Amino acid sequence: MSRDWPLWEVFVRSRRGLSHIHAGSVHAPDAQMALRNARDLYTRRQEGVSIWVVPSAAVTASSPDEKDPFFAPAADKAYRHPTFYDIPSEVQHL
Amino acid sequence: MESGLTAGFERLLATDQRIEPRDWMPEAYRATLIRQIAQHAHSEIIGMQPEGNWIGRAPSLRRKAILIAKVQDEAGHGLYLYSACETLGVQRADLLDLLHSGQQKYSSIFNYPTLSWADIGAIGWLVDGAAITNQVALCHCSYGPYARAMVRICKEESFHQRQGFDLLSTLAHGTPAQRAMAQDAVDRWWWPSLMMFGPPDDASPHSAQSMAWRIKRHSNDELRQKFVDIVVPQAAAAGLTLPDPELRWNEERGHYDIGAIDWAEFWHVVNGAGPCNRQRMERRTRAHEEGRWVREAAVAHAAKHGERSGAGQASRAGAAA
Repeated sequence: MSRDWPLWEVFVRSRRGLSHIHAGSVHAPDAQMALRNARDLYTRRQEGVSIWVVPSAAVTASSPDEKDPFFAPAADKAYRHPTFYDIPSEVQHL
Repeated sequence: MESGLTAGFERLLATDQRIEPRDWMPEAYRATLIRQIAQHAHSEIIGMQPEGNWIGRAPSLRRKAILIAKVQDEAGHGLYLYSACETLGVQRADLLDLLHSGQQKYSSIFNYPTLSWADIGAIGWLVDGAAITNQVALCHCSYGPYARAMVRICKEESFHQRQGFDLLSTLAHGTPAQRAMAQDAVDRWWWPSLMMFGPPDDASPHSAQSMAWRIKRHSNDELRQKFVDIVVPQAAAAGLTLPDPELRWNEERGHYDIGAIDWAEFWHVVNGAGPCNRQRMERRTRAHEEGRWVREAAVAHAAKHGERSGAGQASRAGAAA
């Protein structure tokens, strides 16, 4: 049993029109305190207009050790990129 | 198995990529990082004390507001660093215990007293200036969470150094008494600031391994030289002198030469006999004990009200994605 308050991951939207981006983490006893702590810690200089806090224990992550097999299916599909196709130079707007 | 893991780790380092928390890493790498990041975090938290000492006596509302913001930043820097350290598998409560029991250290610079208001300027300009020189290098260190914390910290430290220079420069251009106070602060903080970079390269036992692991990207002496070269012209601009009769430009090297650093004093302070070691630790442990009821009350409140509001909050955030 940890003696620390639960850990929360903090996501900050820096301004309208942008998505929330991971900023770091805070310890807090509950969600409301996590929000307040995150505000004091990550937005002291107007870095955000919106904050999400998510219990760190709720994050499911792929493991870096499985990196190669896990992401391998994308490696041999170069045809998904526009640069895969040769287009005659006189063809415009394509 | 182990050798394959080591090879993978070495390959990431060799291609200058970052090590992330869930990557395999040698236990000695992990232990070195825990020790270094924890010491760095403790330094930020203890560093609030010498400056907090002057909040109630700042000479104007403007200076007081600036100093409060700076001390709050130091708390924030400590928290970024504790978080980075926890990604290595340690708990924050354990790190605080290690600080309070003296098993982990903090930077010796904070064992010097802040005797006058000008010391607040000298800390910002010289101590934070030295810290920035170290920390800019650490922005490129091999451990991802530590490097990211450093990037954030460096952005904020820039304000710290500038307010310090502004404060000292204002005093240096004030009355003769103010000028003398500024010079006295610089005279006392100059040598301890140079010691912040650590022992000379030939007496720094862990440096070679840290360089190989790319935790450290430059040697102690390189960083110290860099700092000296930056600060000497700044001192001249502020109208202040640096207390080193041997300080002079070396045309051949393209750097400033400095006199001998008193390493006996450095080790004396590191080993606990500095002017404020005991006071800093007493105050830190007292603050921690006196805050115990607040931590317990917050947990009790969360237990009573937590689950309902916590769940509601989570579903609203999810719906907004």
